Amino acid sequence: MKLDPNSNGLNRRQFLDRLAQAGIAITAACAAGFWFHDSQGPALSKNDHPNLILPDFSIDAAGHKMSIVRGEDRVATLRMALKSLGGIETFIKKGDRVLLKVNAAFASPAMLSATTHPAIITAMTQLCFSAGAASVVVTDNPINDPASCFNLTGIADAARSAGARVLLPHDDLFRPMTVKDAKLIRNWPVLYKPFADITKVIGMAPLKDHHRSGASMTMKNWYGLLGGRRNIFHQDIHNIIMELAMMVKPSLVILDATTSMMTNGPTGGSLSDLKNTNTMIVGTDQVAVDAFGASLLGKSLDELPFIGKAQAAGIGTADYHTLNPVTASI
Amino acid sequence: MHIVTTRRICQGFFFILFLGFCVVTTLGEQWWQLRGWPVNWIIQLDPLVGLATLLSTRTIYDGLLWGLVTIVFTIILGRFFCGWICPFGSMHQFVGFLAKRKRSVLEKIKLNQYHSGQAIKYWILIFLLTVSALELAIDCLRLPATNRLLFTILMLAILTGMILSAMRQTRANPKKIGFVFLIFMAVWLLLSTLFKGYQTSAAALQIGLLDPIPLVYRSLNLVILPLVDRTSVLTATIPRAYDGTGLIAAIFLSALLLNLAVPRFYCRFICPTGAMFGILSSLALWRVGKTSNECIDCRLCEKNCEGACSPTSQIRINECVLCMNCLNDCRHNLMTYQSAPSAAGEMHAPDLSRRQFLASAVSGAAAIPMLRVSGRLGQNWDPGLVRPPGALSEKAFLSRCIKCGQCMRICPTNVIHPAGMQGGLEGLWTPVLNFRIGTSGCQFNCIACGNLCPTAAIRPISLDERLGRNRYIEQGPIKIGTAFVDRGRCLPWAMDRPCIVCQENCPVSPKAIRTRAVFATIDTGAQLVVAKADALYIEFQGTGPGVHQFATGDYYTVVLPSTDHRPRRIVGNWERGLRIADGLPFESPPRPGSRVEIQIRLQQPYVDPQHCIGCGVCEHECPVPGKRAIRVTADNESRTPEHALLLKR
Repeated sequence: MKLDPNSNGLNRRQFLDRLAQAGIAITAACAAGFWFHDSQGPALSKNDHPNLILPDFSIDAAGHKMSIVRGEDRVATLRMALKSLGGIETFIKKGDRVLLKVNAAFASPAMLSATTHPAIITAMTQLCFSAGAASVVVTDNPINDPASCFNLTGIADAARSAGARVLLPHDDLFRPMTVKDAKLIRNWPVLYKPFADITKVIGMAPLKDHHRSGASMTMKNWYGLLGGRRNIFHQDIHNIIMELAMMVKPSLVILDATTSMMTNGPTGGSLSDLKNTNTMIVGTDQVAVDAFGASLLGKSLDELPFIGKAQAAGIGTADYHTLNPVTASI
Repeated sequence: MHIVTTRRICQGFFFILFLGFCVVTTLGEQWWQLRGWPVNWIIQLDPLVGLATLLSTRTIYDGLLWGLVTIVFTIILGRFFCGWICPFGSMHQFVGFLAKRKRSVLEKIKLNQYHSGQAIKYWILIFLLTVSALELAIDCLRLPATNRLLFTILMLAILTGMILSAMRQTRANPKKIGFVFLIFMAVWLLLSTLFKGYQTSAAALQIGLLDPIPLVYRSLNLVILPLVDRTSVLTATIPRAYDGTGLIAAIFLSALLLNLAVPRFYCRFICPTGAMFGILSSLALWRVGKTSNECIDCRLCEKNCEGACSPTSQIRINECVLCMNCLNDCRHNLMTYQSAPSAAGEMHAPDLSRRQFLASAVSGAAAIPMLRVSGRLGQNWDPGLVRPPGALSEKAFLSRCIKCGQCMRICPTNVIHPAGMQGGLEGLWTPVLNFRIGTSGCQFNCIACGNLCPTAAIRPISLDERLGRNRYIEQGPIKIGTAFVDRGRCLPWAMDRPCIVCQENCPVSPKAIRTRAVFATIDTGAQLVVAKADALYIEFQGTGPGVHQFATGDYYTVVLPSTDHRPRRIVGNWERGLRIADGLPFESPPRPGSRVEIQIRLQQPYVDPQHCIGCGVCEHECPVPGKRAIRVTADNESRTPEHALLLKR
């Protein structure tokens, strides 16, 4: 082994080699050190996402319309109601990609009327396809376990049997959203992704008593688009319903009051909570549809402040008579 | 002066400096207490803290850049930090010196033989670094899904590199190169779809468990200094107490006592920072070694060899801690510190096989995700985990906290404690507030912990930010939790005793604890009936309760039946009667035969969660001695929007 680095050239070269290695290592370490240096520390993150908005799905040509059809057969009344508004073609055009926002909140059978009835989901899907829709998606972010909800209510089978796709919520489908001029829906996770390629949105809600807000109808149905720990919104239920109605501008809303939940809402659980009110309400103005629905529950608009708030926000009219609703019976 | 003496002075200096830094890290009116001393300097000099947080956060926070100085000098000099600076190393060296003092030379030489177990510290280092680098690694794996451009550039670069290196070989096989490249790309693409940015694989940091500097700071701060406080020497304003320090003390004591068996046991077998220096020291420009082979192999150089690096034979550069004892002990002046390799040859690669490396890395990568399956970072969070004000959201916090205990030491009220299992195994010894211990809750006007935290796991907030003043007026004060009244334990709620200490001590304005007054009829043990009365005085039929028992100012009386149900305050009572305050006399004197009720005025506390900041002063002051009747949990803490309790309006 050679000893003295100065005694011959080979060792000097070894030393220079080593010097070069050390130099490169030191330079790399210093460069990395200063490149990644952060003298401030992490800032408080501000994740406002004001740019995400749901498109306006309302149909200008359809205007503000409403149809009230009485009858026991919900499929027949739904078809007639749509016909009286100019037919499904007024709302669904060829190639439309339709999203049906149903109420699948609870894992209970359809006969308890806590959820949108499967029969009208099948019917609506078929109608959409008959009008040339390219696709129909059925979705909701329910309260109970999503898979159980969609299956036990019969909604999943009903939708699939007619060719619709059922979209169960999962984390990837939510995006933080801020609704313009809203105080509550700010940077809040919303079931946003299912709306990505959608051209028409139809809200389909059963008519139900609701202990906190007074009634669960078409506007309250949008609550099922919220994610996160959304139940803190119950601290201000009427404003959140109004803001939800601000957030979603649907092509059409359907309020199924064939069998209405009069008490013990919104879960019900007993046939004795139900009453056959035998009415199907279809309209383009969710405020008007809900205002009429309130009368079926025997509630005045004073008892349902969200309706007045929604009207004041310019979402629709609570005075549904001004829309000259088409009424019919089967 | 001999180099060994210089080393001892240097070790002594840094050890005293370290002790001094620990002692002064308290707030108080004494001159020696924290006055801007750079008490984190030794932590900052530890480059493993810098490197591990660089991997977990992709930044080097503030003073952690000092680690670069250590790295540069290690590349030039070797593992000087271990032998010259590290206070934990000095402790080991000293205990080891005491332990082997009476041993024979032969025994000493035997104790300092290299042991293959010394490779364990490299496993530990790799394990801990993979824990920190997991998120980074997964983000790289996800690159094809998240950043196609960068992925394409990388792929082209790799392909070019492969072709270039193949061209340098004599028999290049283009088919094989293409095949290897395609497999590589396919595996990467496949993996990119497999992983998601879930919390289970979010950045973590566990170096604090075994990195000697956080370990020794933690042990001194939380175990040794509190013990010293219990002598006539007080190292803080009041003697410190820390919850759950048993394991910390056990590890510290074991590490020291192991020196009785093997000198510098911790440094040789466990220390991940030493392992890092070991790897770096293979680049060192100067090393310890023999000047010539004219050696009689007396092995005296191994008598006091701290690193067990076999200076007699092929010296293990990675293990040499530059104690320089061999220079002192060699009778033939063969040992020296030089740029040339040792005449007896040297080994400068850590004793680490590829298999060991992979096993450590894979366990490191798996450890944190396995712990996080518990869901503690999500829905299963522990509301008892109240973090200091300015603490980052739990995920980010865990990627920075090195468990050094500096926040716990500086906290003027002794309210910050090392967590047990509140944060899961991963959060062991991270700071959590325990309002029962200490002088008061988390002080309203204090931002000490965040401004001391060496890694910004607790952000260095300003007083304005903490209190929600000036430019922070819109976001409001920082909330670390919310107080909840336990109505079953609260004196005015459950036991008809006036109290509201919590309301009095609530430091926010307007107060976050409000009260509602109620009058509760109490059982006096006897039916009191009016014998005769005037506007201010009632005389009982028979005898009433004890003299002045109800004259405390909290007792009132109502006479029934009456149309006037307003309670009147009792100012005096005797066996035969009572007197009410003259501010509200009876409009018409109670009729004889009416029933006299004694009522107590209770102010029952309510928490207004909109104003409560979770400081826990109420919990600390609550007179219910055991489990307090008002307690703070992390609900509504500002650092986690998902833990919001209230709607913001």
